[in-house]
Amino acid sequence: MTTSTPPDTRSEPSAPAGAAAARAVDLTKVYGQGETKVVALDSVTVDFRRGAFTAIMGPSGSGKSTLMHCMAGLDSFSSGSAWIGETELSSLKEKKLTRLRRDKIGFIFQAFNLLPTLTALENITLPMDIAGRKPEREWLDRVVETVGLSGRLGHRPNQLSGGQQQRVAVARALAARPEIIFGDEPTGNLDSRAGAEVLGFLRNSVRELGQTVVMVTHDPVAASYADRVVFLADGRIVDDMADPTAESVLDRMKAFDARGRTS
Amino acid sequence: MFRTALRNVLAHKARLLMTTLAVMLGVAFVAGTLVFTATLSEAFARSSAKGFEAVDVAVRPDFSSDETDPGGPSDLPRELLERTRELPGVEHATGAVSGFAALAGKDGRLVGEGWSTQGGNYDTGPDGSGEDPRYDLREGRAPQRAGEIALDSATAGRTGYGVGDTVRLSVSGPVREEKVTGVFDTDDGNVAAGGTLVLFDTATAQELFSQPGMYSEIVLTASEGVGQGELRKSVEKILPEQAEAVTGQTLADDQARMIEAEMEGMRTGLLVFAGISLFVGVFIIANTFTMLVAQRTKELALLRAVGASRRQVTRSVLVEAVVVGAVAAGIGLLAGIGIGAGLRSLMGSLGATVPDGPLVVTPAAVVASLVVGIAVTVAAAWLPARRAAKVPPVAAMNSVHAPATVRGLVVRNTIGAVLAGAGAVLVLAATGMDDGKVPMGAGAGLLVIGVFVLTPLLSRPVIALASPVMRVAGVSGKLARLNAVRNPRRTAATAAALMIGLTLITGLTVIASSVQKGVDKMATEALKADYVVSMANYRPLSPEIERTLAEQDEVTALSPMRNSLSRIGDEYEFLTGVNGEGFGKLAELDFTEGSFAGLGGESVIVDADTARGHGWKTGSTFEVVYEDGERGELTVGGVYRDNEMMTGIMLDTAVLDPHLEKVTSMQVLVATEGGASESAKSALEDALGNNPAVLVQDEEDVSESVAQMITLMLNMLYGLLAMAVVVAVLGVVNTLAMSVFERSQEIGMLRAIGLDRRGTKRMVRLESLVISLFGGVLGVGLGVFFGWAAGELISASLPTYELVLPWERMGVFLALAALVGVLAALWPARRAARMDMLESIKTE
Repeated sequence: MTTSTPPDTRSEPSAPAGAAAARAVDLTKVYGQGETKVVALDSVTVDFRRGAFTAIMGPSGSGKSTLMHCMAGLDSFSSGSAWIGETELSSLKEKKLTRLRRDKIGFIFQAFNLLPTLTALENITLPMDIAGRKPEREWLDRVVETVGLSGRLGHRPNQLSGGQQQRVAVARALAARPEIIFGDEPTGNLDSRAGAEVLGFLRNSVRELGQTVVMVTHDPVAASYADRVVFLADGRIVDDMADPTAESVLDRMKAFDARGRTS
Repeated sequence: MFRTALRNVLAHKARLLMTTLAVMLGVAFVAGTLVFTATLSEAFARSSAKGFEAVDVAVRPDFSSDETDPGGPSDLPRELLERTRELPGVEHATGAVSGFAALAGKDGRLVGEGWSTQGGNYDTGPDGSGEDPRYDLREGRAPQRAGEIALDSATAGRTGYGVGDTVRLSVSGPVREEKVTGVFDTDDGNVAAGGTLVLFDTATAQELFSQPGMYSEIVLTASEGVGQGELRKSVEKILPEQAEAVTGQTLADDQARMIEAEMEGMRTGLLVFAGISLFVGVFIIANTFTMLVAQRTKELALLRAVGASRRQVTRSVLVEAVVVGAVAAGIGLLAGIGIGAGLRSLMGSLGATVPDGPLVVTPAAVVASLVVGIAVTVAAAWLPARRAAKVPPVAAMNSVHAPATVRGLVVRNTIGAVLAGAGAVLVLAATGMDDGKVPMGAGAGLLVIGVFVLTPLLSRPVIALASPVMRVAGVSGKLARLNAVRNPRRTAATAAALMIGLTLITGLTVIASSVQKGVDKMATEALKADYVVSMANYRPLSPEIERTLAEQDEVTALSPMRNSLSRIGDEYEFLTGVNGEGFGKLAELDFTEGSFAGLGGESVIVDADTARGHGWKTGSTFEVVYEDGERGELTVGGVYRDNEMMTGIMLDTAVLDPHLEKVTSMQVLVATEGGASESAKSALEDALGNNPAVLVQDEEDVSESVAQMITLMLNMLYGLLAMAVVVAVLGVVNTLAMSVFERSQEIGMLRAIGLDRRGTKRMVRLESLVISLFGGVLGVGLGVFFGWAAGELISASLPTYELVLPWERMGVFLALAALVGVLAALWPARRAARMDMLESIKTE
């Protein structure tokens, strides 16, 4: 079911910049020096189209989280470039980077997405509160309705289930209308039913609200919700799959394992 | 289990740092106090023992003998000195006379303190050419006639006077010009402590301090082979009544005991403040261990799951406390010894003379410091340790981050309300009692404990008050406020540590300001006189002063205030001799019966209390036995309400003076033409020969000298309480650092979604500010209440007492609390802002 080849992926950055919500060109991240040198990302070039739901997959240690962190402005990289819309990240100072994350990017983490002292609604509007902006009432209502939290806005995180907490996190990421949402194993801590719910909402946000979502996962089922899966191994992009299903992703992953054992 | 505990201490070094510091400071305070007072005590005891080396037996008037006449026992006559000289076993007998002698420095001002400037005699023995064994002449010769003196070498060095110089001094009033003929060394304890000693020839000294031919003490040295006790026995046989013989050893022992008693007072006072610092430290220790236990829930559950008993878990936490306490106490002890040594050299450099001596570190001080440090730490860790044991083994299996159990505050609030209520009622009730000190102290203690127990409850509403202000700071402010009330117990313990220090500081300030105002009012209310003339040491003034002053043109009215003990019926009463004519112009008395017209001749005025005690009214007559034993009859001519300045039975000097052995006055009140002015004052001072021993004070001076004393006291107390505040600051730092550590994931997330470093710092800083101000508001509030309540007690003995709320100072204290908050947040805020986002977000 391998539909794309590496040359295809490499041709994409040359497409008009406006089409990509985020892209990386020759992105390299090296930890340590000399003997202890570890290459986490080895000149990765990739772009994430607007209005698409992309999953990044790969075995642990493949660099998938590092790629996401670098592209989301959470981590620095050694060489190459990363773009959010028209903004190149390596040229930005700490302050501007923070502002970029605040205004252009939404985040969903595996856990600890919410401040326990704030209500669900306050958590959802937190990025806008930090920016000192007023949330758009209509959009907010729509987002809240989409993730099905209408009745629980006054609750505090410890009064919500794990699935509900992640839905609040999804709503928070959506509410500020960022250019792109990055998810780092957003369903990693949830049981399969709650996980399916959250993934459903993410997919809906792409389909119905036109949101761009990039998600790191190691779960083939989660990846199957995406429009496209990018496979990473040893810090390099090794495959790119459109319209994945759980089975096709699983097969592809098995192939990695087999190759890993033989090589 | 011991190894586990030890490993835990090592693993949490950084988190235990503040706790260690807090215990260390408290222990250093205790150890410093013990070392300093022991060192001082030893130094004084040594120097005084040295002073008594040349004394085998001293003969002196016996003040404990039955007082048959109000004048007290008389001095020792010359004949007695002659007789002791002939006693077997007496090597040398010296007659001593001593008293107050104020020496003026080259700048014309009194050298040393009023109470430590002494005068004495140089005894030349029976033939008038001997040497006085007490003094070792270094330069020149001994004084031989009036107008000659010898100076102790320390004073000579300090003032720059030498042989041949003319110095000015005063004994009971008039200025004397004397020529320095010699400089001597002495082991006199008073000189060693920074006093001055001026020696006259014996005849002059007797005239000045006693009566011709009389001595105030006879000092004997024993011949070879004669013991002190033996000598004393042989002397006792020839002693008249009202005289006693004391061995040099006894004198030295008595002196040592006196020094020890004085040091005891100082030690107790300092230890009270050390105790306050340690008490404040308890909150920090308890907070730290509570947090450590909470963070280790899983670990402790695992220990329980693999078979550790509850008791073992408790013990492992307590062992940790012992280790921390021991380390902190050890460092504190060393620091305390350093402080003890440093304080002595500090006193030396501030001009206070401290006799030399070694640094004394008693085993008791070492043991006490270590025990206090360890005991306080273990006691404070007791509750957290008990809580640790309650962690169920199953908690180890829970993969879900177990939320801290939120125990109800209902029980706590009930207890707090009961304690605080009882405390407040007791304090209020005590204000109405005649002797309410004990109930008020108990009530204050209860109230403070009650308020502390209630602080978690109070934290929400009080901190909510700050929310409009916090809103200005945007989302950082809001989060800071919410974080501050997130763990009410922790916030409460942190704020309470600060509260205690500020309660004491505010309370003392309110009392001091109010007392000051009361004294000011007293000084202005009772006096119409422009000036009060008195001795620098508040000893009696010679009548010559009155005479000199009365001759001045500026003086419009003048009255001495003489004091004389008399007997009325079975009771002793002081009679105050005043100038019956002029007194009305000098004093402001509130007469309930009669007026100043009732003062004159055999007619006297009496304060209301005394009048009530004797059942007198205007017109009553009573019999009085004067101090010379003569009887007289006096009539009550008026009754006045007494006040601090004026009290007792006042009669005309014309009636009193003939009965006095020595006519002196405690004060002379003077009114001048045109009231008090700079020129009038200097005219009076000039008239008195710019006498170093005499103070000419106007109202302002009187209130200023009181103010100075109060300010000095207050500053000392501030200094001592500062330690408690420093410990409280450590507590705030500790709480914040731990909170930041606990919330690192949250902070990482906030940073990821766009809170910049400044916002993060501001959030931590504001949380600190809110907690500190909370403690500050509680402290200032309680302090004002206690200040008011204590004032109600004080006003019983100081009728002019008036509550003064020093708003400015209180503002300063709150600002101080805010500053504490900002400073304490420096490091934790920096840490929060520097935190590695990705590390923090990663799940455990």
